[in-house]
Amino acid sequence: MKKFDLSLAKKALATSALMLLPAALLSGCGSSSDGANGQVIVYNWGEYIDPDAIEMFEEETGIKVIYDEYETNEIMYPKVESGAASYDVVCPSDYMISKMISGDLLAEINFDNIPNAKANIDAQYFEQSKGFDPENKYSVPYCWGTVGILYNKTMVEEPITSWAQLWDEKYADNILMQDSVRDAFMVAEKLNGFSMNTLDPDELEITKNSLIEQKPLVQAYVIDQVRDKMIGGEAAMGVIYSGEAIYTQRENPDLVYVIPDEGTNVWIDSWVILKNAPNKENAEKFIDFMCRPDIALMNFDYITYSTPNKAARELIEDEEIRNSEIAFPDLSQYSNLETFTYLGEEGDTLYNELWKEVKSN
Amino acid sequence: MTSKNKWLSAPYLLWSVVFIIIPLCMIFYYGLTDKTGAFTLDNITAIATMEHAKALRLSILLSLVSTLICFLLAYPLAMILANMKVGQHSFIILIFILPMWMNFLLRTLAWQTLLEKSGVINSILSFFHLPNMNIINTPYAIVLGMVYNFLPFMVLPLYNVLSKMDENVINAAHDLGANGIHTFFRIILPLSVPGIISGITMVFVPALTTFVISTLLGGSKILLIGNIIEQEFTQTSNWNLGSGLSVVLMIFIILNMIISAVFDKDGEGSML
Repeated sequence: MKKFDLSLAKKALATSALMLLPAALLSGCGSSSDGANGQVIVYNWGEYIDPDAIEMFEEETGIKVIYDEYETNEIMYPKVESGAASYDVVCPSDYMISKMISGDLLAEINFDNIPNAKANIDAQYFEQSKGFDPENKYSVPYCWGTVGILYNKTMVEEPITSWAQLWDEKYADNILMQDSVRDAFMVAEKLNGFSMNTLDPDELEITKNSLIEQKPLVQAYVIDQVRDKMIGGEAAMGVIYSGEAIYTQRENPDLVYVIPDEGTNVWIDSWVILKNAPNKENAEKFIDFMCRPDIALMNFDYITYSTPNKAARELIEDEEIRNSEIAFPDLSQYSNLETFTYLGEEGDTLYNELWKEVKSN
Repeated sequence: MTSKNKWLSAPYLLWSVVFIIIPLCMIFYYGLTDKTGAFTLDNITAIATMEHAKALRLSILLSLVSTLICFLLAYPLAMILANMKVGQHSFIILIFILPMWMNFLLRTLAWQTLLEKSGVINSILSFFHLPNMNIINTPYAIVLGMVYNFLPFMVLPLYNVLSKMDENVINAAHDLGANGIHTFFRIILPLSVPGIISGITMVFVPALTTFVISTLLGGSKILLIGNIIEQEFTQTSNWNLGSGLSVVLMIFIILNMIISAVFDKDGEGSML
């Protein structure tokens, strides 16, 4: 009798494990679950695509999409590098693409199979991509944007214009920082007037100390949750990607997005195909599909991240959004904009060490 | 054991080799080598660096506090349950096990929503004009999360050992003139040591190694040793250091298991 309840609990556990088993098997050996034309395995940022677009792709091409998500570039890299999971298409940011190129993880893309890319994507973004993909061989731009401060105008006393306001003791416990090493360091590096790609030990020491000094004021280090916490009025300001600005403002009209005066990071997230991709042709079809103006528009409407797709932008019906300063800022008016570059293995280790010191302080 | 029974253990043996022995060997291999594959103890001694030692100290402190709170909450409850009639107690145990049917992550996320600055608890408090409670993103919230998640693991072994206790022993103590307090400290408590040790192990070990609770309820501001190990694997991709630190953590767990093996020879307190 005494053990009755326990065995019941065990039974429940066993049942749920059994129910999970088929799912695990299916994703493991795809042959039984393939679409008519095979499959493509996509590894993308969390909430970075319209799920309907995936469904449309599956219907139109008969290719089954296996979709997986990550929260930061740093989480994505070890999984791809170890080859434990064989992905076809990934969507990393600029500096991570150059790291992947130097790690020989990427396959050259045959642009003849992706006619939509050159036709629809504004040439300036391919030009900009040369910073990390010098010959435009490996990547197709998907989204771009800046990093800035999202603040709640009912919770601050003056307009927010500077990174320094994230160090203002008035706002203690009301500040949200990014929980990813490069983004967090970028904020403090710009605050101190350094390059966000600096490897100078003295500059990094100052940056680290700034972050340690800021830590007691920070409510939490979060990534995707900045959005929900700001909408819910949980904090006065947070560091966020520009793509979230339109969505959060729609949900909570008190929120304002600014690019601080000290300058910030301009980033591009691009589709790449992995060198050991099992379904290269399907991967190219997937990327081509994502570059189609109607699909790019669907994705823009859903995720609200700035699209480099010129044809899609022209299709945006709402004029206010089509010409929005937030979604499509004229970058020439900002000074000190920079793009992350790959710091090399030693640079990465150095940044990670310093970040650990900040977090454990 | 007859040879007939032996092959029944084959699935379990296979399971342990594939999912326990081989992974353990891999952890030791990675932990004792550097990136080039050469032997080194650096990953083990890395525990002495300031950040790692601090995280380990904090982890031990928070898990000890959580274990103590769990024990203080669970012991009276287990005694009440053990004294109840059959039928009544299975209902209460069901109530305790019920939350465990829901995913552990979801329950911890729910605490985040409850404790947030503008969360459920604070909304109720402000409605009654009571002062707000700001424990989210502090060690207090982490301890709360640990106690909440691991309390059933303390209750069940205690209940198991207490309900098996021979009532005649307690009656004999009363007959020989011991009052309630005497009986408890001289008879019941010593006899329940196997359950206590087992409960402590089952709370202390997962609390020491957790990284989810500290991330969700600590706002990533508080690094426990589990967080450091997790980040070495997922973000820094330094498997060697992550494994080395895991080996250090294993020493604590093995110590704990040795203690429980000494006290719990008959396996009485074990939950299964």
